[in-house]
Amino acid sequence: MTTVSSRPVERSAPSVQKTGPLAWSQKHLFNSVFNSVLTVVLVGVIGYALFNLFTWALTKAKWAVVTGTFSTMMSGLYPSGSYWRLWFILGMVLTLSGLSWGILARNQKKLFTTPPLVGIGLAALLLVLLPMTRPYLLYSLGLLALLAISAVVGQALGRKVPSAGTYISGGWFVSYFVMLYLLGGNTFTDSMLYTVVAQIGLGILAGWLLSTLITAATVTTWLGRLGLLALGYVVGYYVLGNVLYAPLVGLGLSYSIFLILMQIVGVLLGVLLIWVFSDAQTLQTIGRVALFLAGFVGVFALMGWLPKQLGLEFGLETVRTNNWGGLLLTLFLAISGISLCFPAGVLLALGRRSKLPLIRTFSVAYIELVRGVPLIAILFMGQVLIPLFLPEGMRPDSVVRAIVGLTIFSSAYLAENVRAGLQAVPQGQAEAAQSLGLNKPLTTSLIVLPQALKTAIPAIVGQFISLFQDTTLLGIVGLSELLGITQDLLASPKYLGTYAPAFVFIGAIYWVFCYGMSFGSRRIEEALNTDLR
Amino acid sequence: MTQSEMAAPMTPRNDVGSEAVIVAKDVNKWYDNGFHVLKGVSMNVYKGEVVVVMGPSGTGKTTINSTYNELEPYQEGSIEIDGVLIANDIKDIEVVRREVGMVFQQFNLFPHLTVLQNVTLAPIWVRRWPKAKAEEIAMRLLDRVGIAEQAYKFPGQMSGGQQQRVAIARSLAMQPKVMLFDEPTSALDPEMVREVLDVMRNLAKDGMTMVCVTHEVGFAREVADRVVLMDGGVLVEENTPDAFFNNPKEERSKAFLSQIL
Repeated sequence: MTTVSSRPVERSAPSVQKTGPLAWSQKHLFNSVFNSVLTVVLVGVIGYALFNLFTWALTKAKWAVVTGTFSTMMSGLYPSGSYWRLWFILGMVLTLSGLSWGILARNQKKLFTTPPLVGIGLAALLLVLLPMTRPYLLYSLGLLALLAISAVVGQALGRKVPSAGTYISGGWFVSYFVMLYLLGGNTFTDSMLYTVVAQIGLGILAGWLLSTLITAATVTTWLGRLGLLALGYVVGYYVLGNVLYAPLVGLGLSYSIFLILMQIVGVLLGVLLIWVFSDAQTLQTIGRVALFLAGFVGVFALMGWLPKQLGLEFGLETVRTNNWGGLLLTLFLAISGISLCFPAGVLLALGRRSKLPLIRTFSVAYIELVRGVPLIAILFMGQVLIPLFLPEGMRPDSVVRAIVGLTIFSSAYLAENVRAGLQAVPQGQAEAAQSLGLNKPLTTSLIVLPQALKTAIPAIVGQFISLFQDTTLLGIVGLSELLGITQDLLASPKYLGTYAPAFVFIGAIYWVFCYGMSFGSRRIEEALNTDLR
Repeated sequence: MTQSEMAAPMTPRNDVGSEAVIVAKDVNKWYDNGFHVLKGVSMNVYKGEVVVVMGPSGTGKTTINSTYNELEPYQEGSIEIDGVLIANDIKDIEVVRREVGMVFQQFNLFPHLTVLQNVTLAPIWVRRWPKAKAEEIAMRLLDRVGIAEQAYKFPGQMSGGQQQRVAIARSLAMQPKVMLFDEPTSALDPEMVREVLDVMRNLAKDGMTMVCVTHEVGFAREVADRVVLMDGGVLVEENTPDAFFNNPKEERSKAFLSQIL
């Protein structure tokens, strides 16, 4: 018979026999003869390598190749008078990063755990060591402080405002166009930033406001009828009119009678549409869509027309893309490629699982075709072949061609990563969602895709990292991104034979960004973990 | 049981109306590999009635349940839910599905959403209720199944019995006309079976129309208005629980009962 003590003692942690570095190394480094020998040998090898590296870096290496070309490596031939724009972009990106970091970590007690503190400290130390003139050093340190401050603000914000995550995503979206405008300059009202924010953004807002504020059934019903009449008229008069023009007028019908005839056909079509969609609910829905479209198109056109009338021609000095270079170009290519290939990859993955044969075939064909071609071939095609075939005025910008090439390539690989994630979601999830009455799009976007993307984060970020590294291939096909511009600089007689320091330096830069991405992905995984903790 | 007892009129436990919520007529279904899984199943479920479907595994109990909301298509026959014919090319299947709640053997809670979000998801996105209203009703339902204080936990942090109770609350949140249970207690540890059955018992008491595929004999005896035995894709016997368990009509039923009782 066993006896059970009535009340087990509750303790906060298991008892530990020995602690301290000595006990630790005994347990982990010297726990057997073989492991002790291994430890000694490995420490010797690593120590020797590090010693040689440091003596080389401190005595032999000629760092002048880095100090003398630092600003060119960073931003290529970007005019120095416009450097403030780059600093502004950096500030914007770091503020958003800090806010996102804080919002992601809103449920954690301590924001600055050891790894980020060490990272920020190392970055500050490195900045002091780097050959920068004083104002730029101060700017850089200020940016680090900005990152830390906005992280604190972001955490507070995330705790107070539950929907802060949505706003920050919107902020990132708009910030891309702000970056694009600041980099390239041009008249403000002609820029993509203006189109996205003032025309599309305000247009959607206006349409949404109109369709939510005007809800009276009589108004929306009549608007629905009006919309259907207009649609029928447009189809009948313009579309059918253009199609039937040649046969009817060719048969000897006079032109004016033809016009009147087509107008009557248009009105009849409209009436037919109203008769077909006579259901009150449908008419009201159509009316609401018509209201939205009216608001959107109205504001879009108004905001496009207004600046010209008011003579608003202000803007920043234009900087052509062949002056973008160095790290600036590398980052621009990588960010653009990543933000374009992600949605494309998700759509391709969903397409590959679609029940519609045409979409599925297209997705499979695209993915398998692209995965069978080396990236360098796609990039060569973009940089060398397309300019040969297209006339002068129609050639897209070489940076745009590079981004398109990277996106075409990466989206195919990303699609396979996302598909793996989709297959990891149990069938029961979709069944449960459908049994609740959610339709296919809602089931995919609310239930299946979030879980699939969460599982696929490591693979997706791995693809992002390889995209970032693949930008170096553009140096080979003639763009002056970080590797390309370094090679150009090393070709000058002044820096003859100083390859090693230059390549060690840019290697370190690539490492910092790639490690940053994988570190960030692990933090996001932790923040999204919903299992027992 | 004596002859006189058998002759006594059967009194339904609930207020069973005459209005049929589910009318299945001669339903035939083949799997893609050609297996004939349902062989002419006809079954009516009336408003407020609790029907328990029993039978050996692999006989189409789960499949017939899944055809009621078109999670599984069928090839011949007809199924009407609340007067709407569930044809295979039906356009607005979602409209039917929101009236038919379903509880799965494996719970199928959404692991990336909190308990409260699990319950309010469909009311917000399908019924278009405002968030405050959906949450208020959800909290009332969670209270009813006894887990209101865990509303902000994630499913992965709960026991199986708790998860299944959340799944029931999630289905109830859509205010369905009929609830389908697909072996709701089969994946649970024995001590958690009871808490789920208690919730189902209370639901039946409140007059919910229910179709339960289950092996819980005690539950069937106590709660069911009608017990149905399925075997080999056909309905073998339909009877009151008393008659079914004590004096089954069919030889096949006797053989089945001798194995589980």
